[in-house]
Amino acid sequence: MSRPELQAPPEIYYGDTEAKKYTANTRIQQIQADMTYRALELLNLPPDEPKFLLDIGAGSGLSGEILDDEGHIWVGVDIAPSMLEVALERDVQGDLFLQDIGQGFGFRPGSFDGAVSISVIQWLLNAETSHPTSSPPHRLTRFFTTLYAALRNPSRAVLQFYPTSDDQIQLITSIAQKAGFGGGVVVDYPNSKKARKVFLCLYVGGGGGQQVPKGLEGDVADENAVKFEKRRERERRREKSGKRKNVKAKDWILKKKELYRQRGKEDVPRDSKYTGRKRRTVF
Amino acid sequence: MVRLITHNLLACHVKGCTTNNFPLVFQDAQVEIHEAEFNEDFIRGFMPKIEWKALVDSARQLGDTSLPEEQPEMADDDFLKTLHHVLLEMHIEEGAMVCQNCGHVYPISNGIPNMLLAEHEIG
Ligand SMILES: C[S@@+](CC[C@H](N)C(=O)[O-])C[C@H]1O[C@@H](n2cnc3c(N)ncnc32)[C@H](O)[C@@H]1O
Ligand SMILES: [Zn+2]
Repeated sequence: MSRPELQAPPEIYYGDTEAKKYTANTRIQQIQADMTYRALELLNLPPDEPKFLLDIGAGSGLSGEILDDEGHIWVGVDIAPSMLEVALERDVQGDLFLQDIGQGFGFRPGSFDGAVSISVIQWLLNAETSHPTSSPPHRLTRFFTTLYAALRNPSRAVLQFYPTSDDQIQLITSIAQKAGFGGGVVVDYPNSKKARKVFLCLYVGGGGGQQVPKGLEGDVADENAVKFEKRRERERRREKSGKRKNVKAKDWILKKKELYRQRGKEDVPRDSKYTGRKRRTVF
Repeated sequence: MVRLITHNLLACHVKGCTTNNFPLVFQDAQVEIHEAEFNEDFIRGFMPKIEWKALVDSARQLGDTSLPEEQPEMADDDFLKTLHHVLLEMHIEEGAMVCQNCGHVYPISNGIPNMLLAEHEIG
């Protein structure tokens, strides 16, 4: 099968069915989580300080929920309504926007302490969306210049993506440079066909560090050990955090509601992302 | 969901709309309050980014008058908690944000603002 970005525009490819399938796939969840952790590592934020981050192409929140877990406040933008809907259902904590990143951002200068983007910007190499667009280089330019402006000085943006060729990497980095970014490309596991991952590490004003970090080496067996350790860690944290306790309460409410519905009770409130949350409505 | 923390950073991004394009003004906004964990370090760290007048005006549009007209020099605990509430606990679920310069309307539905532009609006 050809790559997703060659099959249909993103907001069509990630329709209701694919958005649900994508998000429910535990292998995808693990891969996106691992890449988000790695992107955070490359962002090189000071330890244990909650920051204000941008998740570019946030989708259904698989990357964003790692930012939640790490205590950050974040904003997510995505062009696919179905992905955003799944994000709402999954109760992710970030502010979400329906936005085509190829049209650029309107955030004030210096808004974000950093940005991540996981498995997204290869889509910008294809002009096609069902919204008005211009050529890929124009869209990339718009994207990188407005992103550069939205980041504070110094800071970093780390964008993992799937290039099909070195020419594509070249095109993307040269446009990012013209937009003002320093930095470069980090390739993890360059010799492994499966584990190889490309991260564009972009710096605003030196990025709070000098050299572009080295890619990870080693074999996939090592890597898997790390993965499992990280996942266990994440699950432990979730169990500890109050958020997960709420989810338990929410599960309980959902089950009750389901039960009432089965018993034919009418007027059971519909389930929403706010089910089971404390609520006060203004107005 | 969209909250004032993000709204306070958001200007209109329509082509050529570069002056008087901030803040976007709320229209027919429906607000829900959802408690969020208070993190003093985060709020303190975020304070320098705030456009104070825009925040005060926007909160008032949404019916919240708890913020002082002038940003206080000293941020005590009470003030930080008020700020936390305004920035992170008020969710605008429905309505729209309107640019005072070019008139572009960004509709909000299910808490998600639609930032997509028409062809002639793309920079
Ligand atoms: C593979 S998913 C990744 C989602 C999320 N970052 C994750 O790690 O699960 C790629 C996402 O990029 C989004 N995307 C593609 N082109 C986009 C564009 N021009 N503007 C905004 N989002 C876009 C798609 O809608 C999709 O949700
Ligand atoms: Zn405007």
